[in-house]
Formats: sequence, structure tokens, C-alpha cells
Amino acid sequence: MADYILETRKLSKEFKGFAAVSDVNLQVERGHIHALIGPNGAGKTTVFNLLTKFLTPTAGTILFNGKDITGEKPAQIALKGVIRSFQISAVFPNLTPLENVRLALQRSTGNSHQFWKSDRCLQKLEGRALELLDQVGLSGLAGEVTGELAYGRKRALEIATTLALEPELILLDEPTQGMGAEDVDRITSLVKRVSANRTILMVEHNLKVVSTLADRITVLQRGSILAEGPYAEVSRNPQVLEAYMGSEHV
Amino acid sequence: MNKILWAVLIGMGLLAPFVVYPVFMMKLLCFGLFAAAFNLLLGYTGLLSFGHAAFFGGASYVTGYLVKSVGLTPELGVLGGTLSAALLGYAVGSLAIRRQGIYFAMVTLALAQIVYFVALKAPFTGGEDGLQGIPRGDLFGLIDLGRVYTVGGSPLGLNLYYFIFFMFCLGFWIIYRTIHSPFGHVLKAIRENETRAVSLGYQVERFKLMAFVISATLAGMAGAMKSLVFQLASLTDVSWHASGEVVLMTLLGGVGTVLGPLVGAFTVVTLQSELSSVGSWITVIIGAIFVVCVLLFRRGVVGELSRLLKRPL
Repeated sequence: MADYILETRKLSKEFKGFAAVSDVNLQVERGHIHALIGPNGAGKTTVFNLLTKFLTPTAGTILFNGKDITGEKPAQIALKGVIRSFQISAVFPNLTPLENVRLALQRSTGNSHQFWKSDRCLQKLEGRALELLDQVGLSGLAGEVTGELAYGRKRALEIATTLALEPELILLDEPTQGMGAEDVDRITSLVKRVSANRTILMVEHNLKVVSTLADRITVLQRGSILAEGPYAEVSRNPQVLEAYMGSEHV
Repeated sequence: MNKILWAVLIGMGLLAPFVVYPVFMMKLLCFGLFAAAFNLLLGYTGLLSFGHAAFFGGASYVTGYLVKSVGLTPELGVLGGTLSAALLGYAVGSLAIRRQGIYFAMVTLALAQIVYFVALKAPFTGGEDGLQGIPRGDLFGLIDLGRVYTVGGSPLGLNLYYFIFFMFCLGFWIIYRTIHSPFGHVLKAIRENETRAVSLGYQVERFKLMAFVISATLAGMAGAMKSLVFQLASLTDVSWHASGEVVLMTLLGGVGTVLGPLVGAFTVVTLQSELSSVGSWITVIIGAIFVVCVLLFRRGVVGELSRLLKRPL
């Protein structure tokens, strides 16, 4: 039997009678890049919000490493090693990229409540922060104001920040959304590079990105799973072609 | 460079009573600390409290009561007032941080109005008159804070001044340290992007509550000091006007800057005293200055200066 890092059982979410997500049984295998695709409004982002507890499911359970995490709070999920990104780039805009990454590194030091201590104790984290920035190609911009960076760079910074937490499972919500072709390639290769020894679950619209990256694909439609399998298989599924790609795409 | 700046400021503070009327100078220090404590919340955590007068004024009543009616020494009175603000801050903060943005502000305002009502009606607060004639007493039972020295022909209450100046430095240092601590960096992260801070694994409610309590405590300390300076605890300091004034001071001086609140408080208090001859028009004048400031330099005086010099102040 395969080793699943994340599993959902009959996961459902209703908003005032509208079933945004219903009976989703998702299984993410350890070490995979797993893509969640589907037309607009299929419930992909809702699934993400459920998994990270930014929304509370109406029914169903979420298992992480075999343990039920359905009742946990967002920050606790993060502490367990499930780190997410957001559709809109999630950075701290008025801080420098170095400070952004350092904030992620700071969490595990356990000194974050110490208001009586000088911030000089954070300097020892800077070496590691620069290493991470270097990994995503931002080491030359470490001291800039993050808000003024180009969009693709902000997303790269977000990935560096996420990596700083040594996550077991990374959830990426549309990492290439709104990007030019050049940035898309850069982020695709970056995701590929950081996926070594990690599991990634991503929502993605760009099928080219999905086909290059994903080991396994789950297609959502109107809140339910329509198909699941490797890209080659799913992309030939007539139902998927009909619902998602439009029948003229083959 | 920074060390020189601080040394100059402390030097100015030590010499100030020989140049400026000491009671006026102490008023500046009290409001400066109040605004700096408020700024810890608005400028560094991104929380707009509209009820900070409850801590400032509330502590001045407690200190006044402890010194006048219980007969404690002034340092214990200030300590008691400050602790009461910490407790009140914990209570108000626990409720308020459950909401965000404008709702947070409304909860703090509503709870502060309750404190105002208590100050108006409770038997030990003197109602409309407030607590008057609070004795300054002897510090540690040894040093007479009411003592007046004659320097160059003018009477100066130096003991009280240096006590207040010391307390101000202590409070301001705590704020400075908090801003520049590992904790302070997390606060800035929460201000910048709260959901991202959550997704990095920070339990933001705890950080917000701690910041709220620290801010309330120091606002209370400022109020406690003020009741010794003016020997008075009055409704003015717990009313929502005072809550609004501290917002104004902070924005004017520069929200999210270390020195901004001091500059803002000094400016507003100085204007109020210089313009007191024009009567009720003073509100209009300060209002107009405020509007001009917001339109011309949104970052406040120190904020703009810091941008020009490209370094945080």
C-alpha cells in the first residue's frame, strides 16, 4: 500500500446550502508533486482552505501522516509541517526579503515571545536566510523593500520563506497565476528543484506547468472529484476533456 | 550615530527644567509616553485602539486613590496604577482581539466608555470633580517630591521632575526594546500580513494580546505619572477625547516610527498651551493642522524625515 502523507475522507464544505466541496477523498502520496486542477469555481481553493483550516469543514476528516488533524487551528497545522502559499502573493511588503525569510526561521528558535531581548540574537539566522534566498535566485535583492519587487520575485520569495520552515508538505495555491512566460518557467523549475525529498500539493491552471511537474493529478468539478491519475491518463479521459479543457482541445 | 542622538536627547531631558517650565515639561513627557505606548499597538502591530484613555485615565485614578486615600508612597502608587492598567488591558484586549479592523476599534471604544462611566459614578473617584489634591508624597518615604529648589531666582520642583523623567525613560526604553526584539519582529509581520503570519505558524492572537497588554500597561504608567504631576485625576483623561487625541498625536508625529509619537505629543501639547488664549477655536486650529499634515505628509513629521534620510528613526 502506498504511503499517504495527506488524506481526506468525505471532506465537505457547504456555504448556506451551496456545496462548495462535497465528499472529496483525496490521497497525496509522499514525495509526489500532486496537482489539483479544475475549472473556475470547482472548489480548489476551498479545498486548500479546508486543509489548512482557514475554513472549517462541514463534514469529513483530514489525516496528516495518518493522524486526524481536522480539529486543529491554522497555526497548529503550520507547526506540524504543512505550509501553504496563497493565490495573492503572501509576503511582508514593507520588510526586506531577508527579514521575510528570517521571520520564518525565527519561529523554531522559540524566542518569538521575548520582548525584553535584543533583536541582535536574530543575526545568527541571517546566514541561513541568505542561503535560502540564493536558492530562489534572490540573494542579490536581500536588502530591498519587498513590496517593490516584481511579481515573479515575490512568489519566489514566498517559496523561500516556505522552505525556511522545513515543511513536510507544501501547499501551493496557483504559483504561476498572473505571470509572464519567463516567470512561469522560472517558478516551474524552482518548484521542481525544491520538490526533492518533499511533497507538494498544488492548485494550478496552467496545464503546461501541470504536465511538466505533476506526478499525479486530481480533477475537481463542482466540488467533487471527476478523475484522478497521472497526467497522461487524465488528459485522455473524455469526461475531463469535456468538463475542463473543452472538447475542442485534444 | 544613534548613540549620539540618544545621548543628546537624554542630555536635553536632564537640562530641560532649567529652560522650560518643569510642570509643562512633565506634561510633555506624560503625553509623549502615552503616545509612544499607543504607537506600539497602532504603528507596530497594526491595531487601532480607540479606547486607550481607559488605561491612561484609569491608572491616574488608581494612583490618585492609592496615594491620597490609602496613603501609599508615590512609587507604590505609580506601580499600583500601572498594574491596574495591565489588568484592564488584559481584560479589554482579550475581548477586542477577537475582532479586526473597525470592529476592534469599536470594541475598545465601547469598553473604554464603560471605564468612563465607572469613573463618573464610582464612590471613590469624585465624580465630576475628579480626585483633587493628590499629595506628591515622599519617594520611598525618603525623598520629598514636593520639594522646591530656588535656582537663579525661580522655584523648580526638581525632585519630582527627575522622578518623572526617570519613569519616562524607563517606559520609553521598554517600548524601544519591545520594538527591537524578536517579539517586535513578529508584531511587524502581523501588521504587514496577518494571514501569512498565521500560515508561518505564529499564533497571532497571543502576540496581539501581549502587545495590547504591554501598550496598555505603559499608557497606564503615563497616566499614573500625570496624576502625581497635576495632583489630579479627572474625567478628561478617561474620556474618548483623550483616546482621539493620542491617535492624532501619533499620526502627526509619524505612526510606526520610534520618535514620531514624542514629536506628535510635544507638538499637540505645545500648541494647546500656546494657543490656549484663543479659547475654543483651538480645536479648529489643531484640526486644520491635522488635515494639512495628513494631506501633505501622510507618514507624519518623523516618518517623512526618516524617508528623506533613508533610515528608521
